This record gives sequence, C-alpha cells and structure tokens, in this order.
Amino acid sequence: MSKLAKKVALVTGGSRGIGAAIAKRLAADGASVAITYAKDATAASAVVKAIELSGGKAIAIQADAADGKAVKGAVEKTVASFGRLDVLVNNAGTAIPKTFEETTLEEMDRVIDINLGGVFAATQAALKHMKDGGRIINIGSAVGERVQTPGLVPYSATKGAVKIFTQGLSREVGSRGITVNNVQPGPIDTDLNPASGDWAVPQKAATALNRYGHVDEVAALVAFVAGPESSYITGANLTVDGGMNA
Amino acid sequence: MTTLQNKTALVTGASRGIGRATALALAEAGAHVLVHYGRSTQEARSLVSEIQTKGGRADAISADLGTPEGAALLAKQVRSIVGNRLDVLVLNAGISKSARIADHTVENFDSLFAINVRGPFFLVQQLLPILCEGSSIVAISSAVARTVVGKPGVDNPSILAYASTKGALETLVKNWAAILGPSGIRVNAVAPGVIDTDMSNFTKTDAGREVALGMQG
Repeated sequence: MSKLAKKVALVTGGSRGIGAAIAKRLAADGASVAITYAKDATAASAVVKAIELSGGKAIAIQADAADGKAVKGAVEKTVASFGRLDVLVNNAGTAIPKTFEETTLEEMDRVIDINLGGVFAATQAALKHMKDGGRIINIGSAVGERVQTPGLVPYSATKGAVKIFTQGLSREVGSRGITVNNVQPGPIDTDLNPASGDWAVPQKAATALNRYGHVDEVAALVAFVAGPESSYITGANLTVDGGMNA
Repeated sequence: MTTLQNKTALVTGASRGIGRATALALAEAGAHVLVHYGRSTQEARSLVSEIQTKGGRADAISADLGTPEGAALLAKQVRSIVGNRLDVLVLNAGISKSARIADHTVENFDSLFAINVRGPFFLVQQLLPILCEGSSIVAISSAVARTVVGKPGVDNPSILAYASTKGALETLVKNWAAILGPSGIRVNAVAPGVIDTDMSNFTKTDAGREVALGMQG
C-alpha cells in the first residue's frame, strides 16, 4: 500500500509516542519521513532505523519545538534532504498535568511555546514549499473540543487555539489545494499520558469505549488525512478519542 | 485492500449517489454488502451486478424507509440474509428539499424527518440485536447541520428544514456512541459538503447556485 509514494513528510516530535507511530506509518505508506526531536537522539535514531529496516527513508533533525528558529531550520533541512515537502504533521506538544492554580507562569509559557508557537513557526515555513496536494495536519486534542477532565487547563487552552488555527488557515490556503486539518486524540497510552498514571482514571471513564487509545489508532487517521483520499477534507476537527466527546 | 473480508455491511439508499459509492468501496474492501433501495430497482440491481462482476458479494433489498414500518421490515430482511451479525451499518438514505420558508408544506417537513431521522432511529433500534462488539455505525450527516450556506433571505430558497434533520441525526449519533460504546459499537457521522450527485442538482439552477459556493466534491 503506497498511498504516499514519492511524498515527503515532516513529523515534529517524532522520536516517541504518537509522533513515532505517525512517522512509521507514513513511511510504511511510502513517504520519505523527517522527524524532529528535542533531546532524545537515541530514541530518534531508533525510529529512523526502524523505518529503514522496513525499506523506507527517514532522517532525524534535532530541533526543540519551543524554538521557532530551530523548527524553521528543520523544515528547510527536510526540503534540502528530500527535495520537497508534502505533509507537515505538527505533532510535538506537551502537557503539564496539575491544577491551574498550581501551575507556574514558566510552565504555562512552555506549553504555549511548544503547542502553539512551534506549530505557527513550522507551518509558516512549510507553506513556502507546499503545492497543490499539500497537507498540514495538526495534532490537537480531544480536550481542545470539550474539557471533560481536570488538570489540563493550559494544555486544553492551546489545543482549542489549534482548532481555530486549523479552521482559519484552511480558508487562506484552500485555493492552492492545500488542506489543513486537526486530528484530536483522546487519552492515548504514551509517556506524556500513561494509561497507568494518576490522571488516567477520570480520562478512561470519560470515554465511551472505556479504554485508552493506542498510538497506532491515531497514526491510522493521520495516514488517511495525509493521503489522496482526504482531498475534500479541510478545516476539519477529527476526534479519535474513544467517544470522549460524545 | 481487504480489511472488511468476511464482514457484513448494510448501506441504505445505495442505488445512487453517496450510497452507491460507499457500497462499492465497502465491497472492494471485501464486505458482503446489502444494497438497500426504495424505488430504484434497476439501479440497485445493476449495482449488485457490478459488485459481483468485480468478484464481490452483494444483495439488493428494498423497503420504504419513509413509512412507520419501513425500518422494521428492512431489519427483518437484513437478519434473514446476514443471520446474527451486522458489522457495518451506513445510514445514508435521505431526502432533501430546497424552498423558501413560505413554500415548505407540513407534508414536506414530515417526510424529511420521517426518512432522515425517524428511519435511522428505528433501524438502529431494530438492528441492535445483531450489532456486536466491533460493529460500526456511520450516519451520513451534512456540513449544513452546523453552518448556514448560500444567501439567506426570506425570498431565497433554503434547505433549513433538511439541515435541521441532520442536526437531529448528529445528536442521535452522539447519544448512540455514548450508549453503545461500552458494548464495543462505534457510532460516527460523516458530514459531506456539496457533493456532485442527483440530490445536489438544485445547486446547478440559478436559485441554488449560491448554496454550492462554487465548489463541489
């Protein structure tokens, strides 16, 4: 199945979790994939190796998602390495689960810088290289639609911003055949939100399927949005959240 | 791609348009597809032939989903063919109406709700016994469930009553998802914009042109 044959994708925060699953899935669908990582070069290189072992092409680029210049550089490096950019997956994101009143201003800034600042910087840089058929895919969150559980106030605020960013940008670039969509995962079992963690109980209870999701379940939706069959989908907010928003 | 190998699927209103394309795609993915139709017997039979010629499995079944008993009659036929398991239910059959507020009759309104909302409600009710863990319900809604398109005006044709049926359908989808989720049944809505089918023909008329905003899928 090579729906993304000859395409080039950049996945920010691709060294682990949802990002790693997305990178591997897009590569499996035929894309050459670049991933960015902040600190874990070993994990990033493991993702690249896994892709190469399956016959795909991948590179890892160090770029802290909170640093707009670094993120811009990663986009340029992707285009320099692969010659083009078709799919940008704004996946890098962070959450600091605690009550709002206990969150420091520095922590709030960090969440905003990564979840919003980094997304703006990467997207603007990517649009310079995208043509008809281009895909901007933001990884928002189910809590960017409605907030069913406590402890995620600054995070959900940035994901609500990602939702409207998606809708607004889709109108500006639509006439160029570039689609902009927002994939909104519910609770997915990763380092950021482990299914065995303290904050897991209320999140699981808020889903209709009564379970956490798997990274591959998010990657599958991203792969569909990245591919040619999603050609009429833009400005859409697509929840993959076990019914958390139902 | 045979991800639906050995699965059973019912697509209502599958004789043409979105329903037809969906039935073909499901058959291509390996599902045994039940092609439901109201009156378009020829089209339904020709679709079944097309699927069979391509090596797939399909049956045509008919029921008037606009009548109070229609859903129950359809469910009965479905159970007689697939037995005790339906994997995919696509609630696609629907009608539309574009007219000024003043030109909508009570009959128009009742028909819209009968086919677009009551039909799906009772079809899900009647098929519940054979929807199992892993089954998936997809309701075809519409982008207009949540946005007003075209040039609103008292003297301009509008699809407001149609749109309200899709709002109702989306609320049902949320409730079904919450209620059936614990049993492992997923329920989702797909909301198309203006798609090039017989139903959107009115957008090719002067009166309806504004509604399509110049872009069709």
